[in-house]
Amino acid sequence: MNSELFTLPFNLGLYFILIYSVVRSTVWFRNLSRSDKLRLQRGFFGRPFMDSLREISMESLLHLKIFRKNPVLGYMHMSLAFGWFLLIVFGTIEADFFGEKHLNPPSHAIFFRWFNPDHGAEGFAGIYSFWMDLLLAFILSGLLLAIIKRFTPRLMGMKKTTKHTWTDRIALTSLWLIFPSRLLAESFTCGVHGSGSFLTGNLGNALASFLPAADIAPWFWWLYSLSLGTFFFLLPVSRYFHIPVELFLIFMRNSGISTGDRHSSYTEVQTHACSSCGVCISTCQMSYAAGIHDIQSAYFIKGLRNDRDIAGITANCLMCGRCEEVCPVGIELGPMRLIERRQGERSDRTLKLQEKYSLMRRRSTLERRPTQSYRYLVREEPEKADVLFFAGCMTHLTPSVIVAMKKIMDSAGVRYRFMDENGGVCCGRPLMLAGRDREARELINHNSDVIWKSGAQILVTSCPICYKVFRESYYLEARVMHHSEFINLLIEEGSLRLGYLHKKVVYHDPCELGRGSGIYEEPRAVISYVAELQSSEQERNMSLCCGGSLGNLTLSSGKRAMIAADAARTLTLGLPDELITACPLCKKTFVQATETKVSDIAELVAAALPAPRRENAKKRPARRHSRATSNG
Amino acid sequence: MSIAQSNKFGFTINRSRLIDYDSSDRKVREFITLKEPSFRLCFACGGCTATCTAGQHTSFNLRRMNTYIRRGEIEPLREEVKRCMLCGKCLLVCPRGVNTRNVVAAAADAIGKLERNEL
Ligand code: SF4
Ligand code: SF4
Ligand code: SF4
Ligand code: SF4
Repeated sequence: MNSELFTLPFNLGLYFILIYSVVRSTVWFRNLSRSDKLRLQRGFFGRPFMDSLREISMESLLHLKIFRKNPVLGYMHMSLAFGWFLLIVFGTIEADFFGEKHLNPPSHAIFFRWFNPDHGAEGFAGIYSFWMDLLLAFILSGLLLAIIKRFTPRLMGMKKTTKHTWTDRIALTSLWLIFPSRLLAESFTCGVHGSGSFLTGNLGNALASFLPAADIAPWFWWLYSLSLGTFFFLLPVSRYFHIPVELFLIFMRNSGISTGDRHSSYTEVQTHACSSCGVCISTCQMSYAAGIHDIQSAYFIKGLRNDRDIAGITANCLMCGRCEEVCPVGIELGPMRLIERRQGERSDRTLKLQEKYSLMRRRSTLERRPTQSYRYLVREEPEKADVLFFAGCMTHLTPSVIVAMKKIMDSAGVRYRFMDENGGVCCGRPLMLAGRDREARELINHNSDVIWKSGAQILVTSCPICYKVFRESYYLEARVMHHSEFINLLIEEGSLRLGYLHKKVVYHDPCELGRGSGIYEEPRAVISYVAELQSSEQERNMSLCCGGSLGNLTLSSGKRAMIAADAARTLTLGLPDELITACPLCKKTFVQATETKVSDIAELVAAALPAPRRENAKKRPARRHSRATSNG
Repeated sequence: MSIAQSNKFGFTINRSRLIDYDSSDRKVREFITLKEPSFRLCFACGGCTATCTAGQHTSFNLRRMNTYIRRGEIEPLREEVKRCMLCGKCLLVCPRGVNTRNVVAAAADAIGKLERNEL
């Protein structure tokens, strides 16, 4: 019974994966930029390390985030990850405590029962065996759920699980086999020796009563070792590689590394850290509202991981950011897509198996060259102003918003200059979203020049798309404010006198303003000041995209309308009098999708302005007079 | 009608509408229609041109660009396509639901491919 040959597959696999992990993380580290390297080194000796440990135990072991979203799914992940972790820890302690000697090789802990078949019949050892059986049962219950999920995803509250490659399938099978084979191997051995606790003991006795347990046991020990070994060998090329990589990602993120604007070790780590959990798939409006099921972030990341041609997937996304909000791994999906949009073409090929093991992927891309050029733009000499108002291209298509903003600013006595009154230059964000950053730079430089020369302290814009790019990609002295923030400021300063409109309204958070720039409270404060604000089913960071997004270059108008209709339906469930938004593009999109009146927040506020009575009384007859004469 | 007569009627005021099939290159049009099928829906109303952001600063004209594409006139297209800012105003005014931004992007890609001899 003391043959140890069966531990060979396990040992080979274990040492392979350990060495591979060390080498690969070293390569990743070496490929980081100098500043990121410093961040990581500093992080290792400081708080980030402790934070990472906490996050690893909360997320990678306990999976609390998934748990909160979907308890059954959370339990499944938790039982497998946390259960396995405990089994290893307590198994090691068990081997150290009850084994022949201290400091055993890992295989002695993993195959403890084989080496100590009589262990744990009574006393403290018996209680310990009970505990180990309990852990095994915990894991097996999670495994059962995983198998159910694989075959009936709907039961687990998921709309769609991701498709697997054949390496995934073998890895999955070996993962599934690990714990049942351990159960059977231990049971047969316990059956022979009359040891074991409630699970292995009872099952062992039952099996040994009618089977030649002593002959069968070694087979299952072989199976156990083989499935462990296979799993370890396939780990780097299967989706389960995310398990070790996620630890690395958490540590990198806590050290302050972020995605940046080109592919790097960090994007590579992120692509491998995706667990293909599919949470992003069921969150995506493209999938459930527009019936497009192949562009979601899970597929995007998978295509990236396998170096496929994903230009179509990359382009066909609203860049709404909802998936990034729910991704339990915390992958920066938006910035990753933008990087990919900036790349040129990628030849479509299937990675060979050995390429999948390669330590740092070389991406087969062709640098995209600038296509647009705006040398025709003439430099302006703007007048000086304290407040500069930039309506934005989209706002020019909703002139009522401009009228409302003028009214509000006049009423508050703001001395402003209207920067793009006669049609300005685009802010550059649409070009960036299309992956044309260098071209966008030209527009940014042009606009920055005008803003600097005006000497403005505050730059107010009515369009969240402009707002985001002004804040993030312009170097300005002026404080950038979205008009909802600015109106809120005017109210707080007391320079706006507003009446109360007896209306129920619902507020739609525009993607670029809410998730994109983190402005949730100011618009709500403004609305609550003049009307009754209803809450809606999906709001704030989970707000829906209106479907009009400029982030998607390829989506057809029909599909856009489907998304808009679905979003408008959700928003107007509470039968509000008006649907309020803070983005001209959302307004234009929603107007066509719902019967409810759609207004911009500026229009709502302008409606609450008291009518200027005395002036009105004087002006009215004059106007009537002039109309009468012109008609006559 | 003699040339002298046609001059009298002002037929030479406009640039020739003659399509020269020898210099016409249909590959660009085919590439664009493949990438953005809604291109075919354009009925040259000019709504996009009236609202165009770039058009307020230069002589850029999306409707004319569409015509160049349709006629396969590559030389003028090369310059025209560079000027759009992809701002998306035209997308919102187009009565036919043409995905105008992607038409421009596809045209730019097509020109790039033509230069690399990949089309
Ligand atoms: S991207 Fe995030 S949410 Fe989507 S499958 Fe990967 S880990 Fe899950
Ligand atoms: S950003 Fe929005 S549209 Fe794009 S994949 Fe994520 S959820 Fe879907
Ligand atoms: S608005 Fe639409 S249909 Fe009209 S010319 Fe422009 S692209 Fe063509
Ligand atoms: S996207 Fe281009 S063509 Fe359309 S309005 Fe803007 S600048 Fe003009």
